[in-house]
Amino acid sequence: MTKTENVAAATKAIIKKQGNSKSALIAVLQDIQETFNYLPKDALKTASKTMNVPLSRVYEAATFYSAFSLKPRGKNIVKICKGTACHVRGAAALQDRFESTLCIKPGETTPDKMFSLETVNCVGACALGPVVVINTDYHGQVTINKVDKIIDKIKKEGA
Amino acid sequence: MKETQAHQIEKDLKINYGPNKKFITVCAGTGCRAYGSLKVKEALETELRKQNMQVDVLATGCLGFCEKGPMIVIHPDKYFYHSVKVEDVPEIVSKTIAKGEVISKLLYRDPDTKKTLFREEDLPFYKKQLRVVFGKNGMLEPTRIEDYLAIDGYQALGKVLSEMTPDDVINEVKKAGLRGRGGGGFPAAVKWEGVRRAHGEPKYVIANGDEGDPGAYMDRSLMEGNPHSVIEGMIIGAYAVGSNEGYIYVRNEYPLAVTHLTLAIEAARKMGLLGKNILGTDFSFDIHISKGAGAFVCGESSALFASIEGRAGEPRAKYVHAVEKGLWDKPTVLNNVETWANVPLIINKGADWYASIGTEGSKGTKIFSLVGKINNTGLIEVPMGTTLYEIIYDMGGGIPGGRKFKAVQTGGPSGGCIPESLLDIPVDFDKLYEVGSMMGSGGMIVMDETSCMVDVARYFLAFLKEESCGKCVPCREGVKRMSDILEDICAGKGKDGDIEILEEMSKAITDGSLCALGGSAPNPVMSTIRYFREEYDAHIKEHRCPAGVCKALITYSIDAEKCTGCGLCAKVCTVRAITGEKKKAHIIDKDKCTRCGACIQSCKFDAINVK
Repeated sequence: MTKTENVAAATKAIIKKQGNSKSALIAVLQDIQETFNYLPKDALKTASKTMNVPLSRVYEAATFYSAFSLKPRGKNIVKICKGTACHVRGAAALQDRFESTLCIKPGETTPDKMFSLETVNCVGACALGPVVVINTDYHGQVTINKVDKIIDKIKKEGA
Repeated sequence: MKETQAHQIEKDLKINYGPNKKFITVCAGTGCRAYGSLKVKEALETELRKQNMQVDVLATGCLGFCEKGPMIVIHPDKYFYHSVKVEDVPEIVSKTIAKGEVISKLLYRDPDTKKTLFREEDLPFYKKQLRVVFGKNGMLEPTRIEDYLAIDGYQALGKVLSEMTPDDVINEVKKAGLRGRGGGGFPAAVKWEGVRRAHGEPKYVIANGDEGDPGAYMDRSLMEGNPHSVIEGMIIGAYAVGSNEGYIYVRNEYPLAVTHLTLAIEAARKMGLLGKNILGTDFSFDIHISKGAGAFVCGESSALFASIEGRAGEPRAKYVHAVEKGLWDKPTVLNNVETWANVPLIINKGADWYASIGTEGSKGTKIFSLVGKINNTGLIEVPMGTTLYEIIYDMGGGIPGGRKFKAVQTGGPSGGCIPESLLDIPVDFDKLYEVGSMMGSGGMIVMDETSCMVDVARYFLAFLKEESCGKCVPCREGVKRMSDILEDICAGKGKDGDIEILEEMSKAITDGSLCALGGSAPNPVMSTIRYFREEYDAHIKEHRCPAGVCKALITYSIDAEKCTGCGLCAKVCTVRAITGEKKKAHIIDKDKCTRCGACIQSCKFDAINVK
């Protein structure tokens, strides 16, 4: 099977699982993203055809919600919490440091595909602020000077 | 009603967790998990096995005192240990569990009286709280329905189905004076009555768990920590309005809440508490979970319906009411998670009891997340009408580092900042609105003298600009324009007349926006102008940020008297702006300095000044 066929087959399986009704679109997109780590173009086309939802509608949903990405994302997703509690505890300065350490802006991925940087409105772990969630791990009370260590550790584990 | 399987299990469990039973509860809320509470739980189980002791260890929902995680409570003595590490576990088992001796280093020490406190209820953080909704978290493992049944769970549902008509239920909720905990504070019973009377089938019941307000996480802790209380409330609501189908809309950022709710719904179905013919009656009701995908506007009712229907979450005009045409244009009750969790309580303890708590217009308790620049970060549940002062100083323990309080922000991006002069106001729906803020879902973000109020307004408008769905012009263009002006002010490019333009635009956006997101978007700006106008003036006229936050308006320098020349700041400075000889005072090159803050965080002698 070609890559396109693979994506189409996986997408069809997801739609079957979620139930082929138009209201399942968001759930289908969530599952596609979980499978591929982003929303491949071919998957969106397959979803549009199979679910009988115009591609423009699929694209609208895929771009409206901030959890979806149309670009492939890195192996490690770094999410900086930008909630109010984190903001007053210095999340903006922290974001600057992550940007300069990884040489990318939020929404971008490093050329070696190791890291993607994202911001999130609030992860609801305000006591730990400022919080950075990397993949599923919560890093609490992160200081600017800890950023490099955190990134280095992940790089080492990945190598 | 027949004696059900559920009641039998409940009886068995009462014996199991009776008043003399020895067991340990470990807080497994998101905060404590991040501190490593699950590892502590595992270590406790291993150690108990090693020392041949049969004691149950429960991973409970959030206990609220997130500042001091991981927390464990040892029953039946109820000893409260905080900041527990895996290394402490052998001692806990061999001393406290085996011999009943307390380990004083793990107990809480009151920072004022220096007294060591043994039990949760003795701590100043908990003492003035009234934890009727949230307090049950510590008594159950959220993944086990049996635990919820053991603390009288689903009794309210039993009572409703066997003794009450739908009208009785609505009247009871009305008499209790329950108002929606999600933001606006609309009376719940009025919504319910509207849906009950509305024409059109099917009718829907929805729990709004799209806790979007940054800095608020009480709904998260209820969904994660006591999912059945939300589900029970929804079933009772469905019975009252005549609905057979419900949804819980959970935001994308709360994966644990989704897991616990899913397990809870399955368990309830198995026991006949959800599904066809609930508890052997004619009434049928089931719940689905709908996951959000990261859009703040989806907390708004009509946007939330659009999202459940599988579309982009854009609100619609409000002349069509959700009680008549909500989800799929059918009559729909939408209440917040915390509101639903209050319902079983009202049925169990009665409307009179419930209405005896709180103020004239706001009944019952409210859970707040007390966060930001505060000593005791966490979730608190207090009777409506508790003053801000009591919350921030008695429970919250005041501001860290002896700094001065400046403001408390309530109501999320729709709310406002309340200054020190108003700390004595009793917190309820109406009073907060009166002072230019609102209850919102219950976030309270405390700010001290190092927080810049113009920056806070800028932050919220930047947030709202991003989250505006773009459907209506006043919000899409107006909020963006206000945000631009605030960015300019913070960048030192503010002009005379900016404040007046902000005020004028605020009015236009409030009047012209389609939904509450736009309608309340100017609140953070209006309230900071109202109470902190001098900070705006300092930015615009003097190009100065008094709090030392806005980068373009501040410079860093080193206090030569305090500096010991340790060199740590120079080491962490990525732009090499700091130079100096060892053991001699260092200096900062202001042209190179990017004011990133790394040196301040590394300096142990408080020698770096920001002006």
